[in-house]
Amino acid sequence: MIQDYLILSVILFCLGILGVISRRNVFTVFMSIELMLNAANLAFITFSRVHESMDGHVMAMMIMAVAAAEAALALAVVILLHKHKGKLDTNVFSLLKG
Amino acid sequence: MEQTANYLGLIPLLPLTGALVIGLLHMLTCTKKPLPEKLYSVLACIGPLLSFFMALVVLFQLKNMAPEDRFLSHIPFTWFAVGELHVDMGFLADPLSSLMLVFVTFIGSLIHIYSIGYMAGEENYGKYFAYLNLFLGAMLILVLGNGPVVMFVGWEGVGLCSYLLISFYTKDTDNVLAGNKAFIVNRIGDLGFVLGMSFLFWAIGSTGFDFLSLRENAHLLTPGIGFAICLLLFVGACGKSAQIPLYVWLPDAMAGPTPVSALIHAATMVTAGVYMVARFSFIYSHFPSAGTIIAWVGILTALLAAIFGMFQKDIKKILAYSTVSQLGYMFAGVGVAAYSAGIFHVFTHAFFKALLFLGAGSVIYALHHQQNIWKMGGLKAKMPITYATMLIGALALSGCPPFSGFFSKDEILFMALANGHPGIWFIGVLVAGMTAYYTFRMMFLVFHGEARDKQAYDQAHEPPAVMTVPLIILAAGAALVGVFNLPGIFGGSMSVSNWLAPSLVEHHPHVSIWLEIMAIAASIAAVVIGITIAYKKFGHGAEEPEFTGFAKLGYHKFYVDEIYNAAIIQPYKAIGSLISRFFEPNVTDLHVKFSTWLYTKSGKAFKVFQVGYVRIYAIYMVIGLSVMSFFLSQSIN
Repeated sequence: MIQDYLILSVILFCLGILGVISRRNVFTVFMSIELMLNAANLAFITFSRVHESMDGHVMAMMIMAVAAAEAALALAVVILLHKHKGKLDTNVFSLLKG
Repeated sequence: MEQTANYLGLIPLLPLTGALVIGLLHMLTCTKKPLPEKLYSVLACIGPLLSFFMALVVLFQLKNMAPEDRFLSHIPFTWFAVGELHVDMGFLADPLSSLMLVFVTFIGSLIHIYSIGYMAGEENYGKYFAYLNLFLGAMLILVLGNGPVVMFVGWEGVGLCSYLLISFYTKDTDNVLAGNKAFIVNRIGDLGFVLGMSFLFWAIGSTGFDFLSLRENAHLLTPGIGFAICLLLFVGACGKSAQIPLYVWLPDAMAGPTPVSALIHAATMVTAGVYMVARFSFIYSHFPSAGTIIAWVGILTALLAAIFGMFQKDIKKILAYSTVSQLGYMFAGVGVAAYSAGIFHVFTHAFFKALLFLGAGSVIYALHHQQNIWKMGGLKAKMPITYATMLIGALALSGCPPFSGFFSKDEILFMALANGHPGIWFIGVLVAGMTAYYTFRMMFLVFHGEARDKQAYDQAHEPPAVMTVPLIILAAGAALVGVFNLPGIFGGSMSVSNWLAPSLVEHHPHVSIWLEIMAIAASIAAVVIGITIAYKKFGHGAEEPEFTGFAKLGYHKFYVDEIYNAAIIQPYKAIGSLISRFFEPNVTDLHVKFSTWLYTKSGKAFKVFQVGYVRIYAIYMVIGLSVMSFFLSQSIN
């Protein structure tokens, strides 16, 4: 039973990673990050049930709050990026190239 | 046995505060409109005058104590303590330092006052007085220091001020070079001082490194190390007090303003070496052979400098060589274990040499910075006060009875004879004659005969009272201070020698009165002969001669500067350039270059990973986290 939840969490997390790595659209990357956060949330809740403590719940609530704040910020960043280059392709933004 | 006197520290502190205040005022205003000179003058003279009054208080407090208890100390704080080395920032006033203290502050104050007139209208007026106050503070630390380390602080401080003031007129490169020369030559001497001090600590310093403790432990010194300490400390004295072979800086130091030459390079700083040797008399008295070396170096310096002095044409150079020569006498005195005679000559010399320098300053001032004595002449009528005061100074310098120089110089020569050094005595008498000759050569050429430069003569005038009054006071001193140490033969009681006795370790030999009379007669004869020759040659005016043969050699100072340049400076520079051309690029720079090369190369190698796409960085993170998780899971199992 617990394994099922955890396996689901791992699958969600790996999907998120794959999304971040393989997709080039900024929105898709952003959504993938959210997916990873929620995978972590699921794992927290699961362990919370196993250990019968509320700590995991608290953590999950906190992550949601952070995710909401992050969403607000990230959307603003995306708008600025679009204003700057007129595109939402992550490969356009490669100033760190050595 | 020693008492505390909590005002001793204030004596050097007052001029130092003056230096700080004046220096800050000057720094803040020098780019804008400069502050009035009167303000600086008042600020500059307060510190030295107050110090002088406090020095008198110290003197009288000591006088009211029993002779063997005459030690006042003040230790404001512990400076540092490392292992066995415990050094207090402490001050000690005993008969020796109190004597130095009184005349340093007295002459220092007079020269501050004189400077008000001499420096009037000069650029950087404030800076000059800040340096002068700083010098006085450092000199007082030197004199009052209760141990070698505190003394060394003052020692270096006066060296710094000497450097700053020699190159005061920075517009002329020669002056700056003269300052550098003084500073560098002094460093050589200071190395000797530091080494001597280190040996001293290593040998007997562990139970207290101040003069009083060292004095109690001086008998523990082994002959070898004690002899080495004596000579190393004397190397320090050689640098500061311009003795062979390190005397070359002092004549060049005349590049500074004339009051500076009077204060630093005649009356006070250059006698610090003599003071130091007298301070360490408790060591030197155990090693008479080291003393003999000092005495011979001193008397040979006196002879050499007197020869140079006879042929110079710059009035300040003549006085500079005469200072070197008189310092040689002082070392001859302390070398033959006549410490009080040496110190007494320091004392009288401070008066008459400061007087002569200030008089020369008046002449230079009146003639608009003309220093060549062959361009002067006949100034007696134009500058009667300067003439009269300088004449007293010249008589004192020559050693004419009853002026002060006679008693102090004669005491040294007599003690040399009495302690069994007839060679030193003979050269000393010879030099006394030469001194009389070159001093009066200068006097006759400057003040007597016809004016050789008519235009300068017509513009010449007596300087203002702020300059002549110090001259008169110093002239009174130069004429009279000899009476403080009248020997028994003239009905005196050697007051200064007796006063200094608790600070020094010396023995007074008993010799027949005829020997003393003979010595005095010989000195007087030498002086009379010297003055007579000078009068015959220059008394009625003379034209500048062409220097040939020995005179040319003497005028060029035996080419010692050139020899030093060829034998020391040029090889040194050659080694330097050799190192900079071959050793540095091929050895020391090599590993620096290698490491920079390595960093550049490895940076280029890692550059390929920096692709600039965020998602690739995400892959790196995933890889890194995976590896970390893998090892973590391994360690848990």
